[in-house]
Amino acid sequence: MTPANIVGMAVVNGLELIALTDHNSCKNCPAFLTVAEAYGMTALPGMELTTSEEVHVLCLFPGLDSAMAWDEYVYQHLIPVPNNEEIFGKQQIYNEDDEIIGTVPNLLINATDISFDSVYDLVGSYNGIMIPAHLDKSTTSLLSNLGFIPPGSRFTCAEIKDMTKFHEIKKQNPYLDNCRIISDSDAHYLEHIRTPLYTLEVNSKDPDDILQALTTKP
Amino acid sequence: MKVSDLINSGLFELVNEGSNTDRDISKLFCCDMLSIAMSRAPSACAWVTVMGNINTLAVASLSDAACIVLAEGVRLDDPATAKAASQGITVFRTDMPIFEAALLIHDKL
Repeated sequence: MTPANIVGMAVVNGLELIALTDHNSCKNCPAFLTVAEAYGMTALPGMELTTSEEVHVLCLFPGLDSAMAWDEYVYQHLIPVPNNEEIFGKQQIYNEDDEIIGTVPNLLINATDISFDSVYDLVGSYNGIMIPAHLDKSTTSLLSNLGFIPPGSRFTCAEIKDMTKFHEIKKQNPYLDNCRIISDSDAHYLEHIRTPLYTLEVNSKDPDDILQALTTKP
Repeated sequence: MKVSDLINSGLFELVNEGSNTDRDISKLFCCDMLSIAMSRAPSACAWVTVMGNINTLAVASLSDAACIVLAEGVRLDDPATAKAASQGITVFRTDMPIFEAALLIHDKL
């Protein structure tokens, strides 16, 4: 996957809204947004953060500046372990022409020292929104790792991998009655990028309106 | 104790035999956070965990663990099982809790 072919695939598949959420990094977002703009595709920069509890949380931002500032913060808080390319693969940064322009030295699949409870305010201070990822997954989800939604949580959007679990998860976690629940490709390979399945009603395609829609209970 | 001895003991269900069953298990390691395990798991350990994530296998490779024992009935999903096979990592599973499973191995070391 490269930023360019991700956008290309999304266009071919007829998607109308895409976000790039690499693990603990926004470093491919500049290329991603450049290509998206060229195609007229609405795109958001983001990241899939790994908290200190190894919970995955999607972070979406209204623009590149806030995303890259967040990226810098997160990298400083990533528990530093050098990547081992043979075992974990390469961590490459691309430009919009599919040229490799850099490599990230520290292992991005590792956890940060950012606790789940601190994410809401932290991401908010970078103008972003937080979306606990794949709640229904048996590992690296808020529910699998903490067992429940922590009291005092304030997020209002959450992601489920398998929408057939929607009612079951809501029933077990009444907190989610106040959330918008989304599901998406969560594509780690090009062929997993979906064709349109779900819709989001927005006031406009402006990123702020999209983030607003995502964090407003339907 | 060698990995093959643990396999032959029948104490745990074998998920993937692995390609290096002749190696020794010299230590026990119990940890469920990959971020901790990746820098602390000792080489040649039997790693007992409930983290059945595909990256458990990567961390086991990285730290040169002798084998993985998934406790509390945890299962590897299909991609992770395939990865265990392709990487040749010995993986067991058990319904026992972590401590009891680790103690059983420890008593045999």
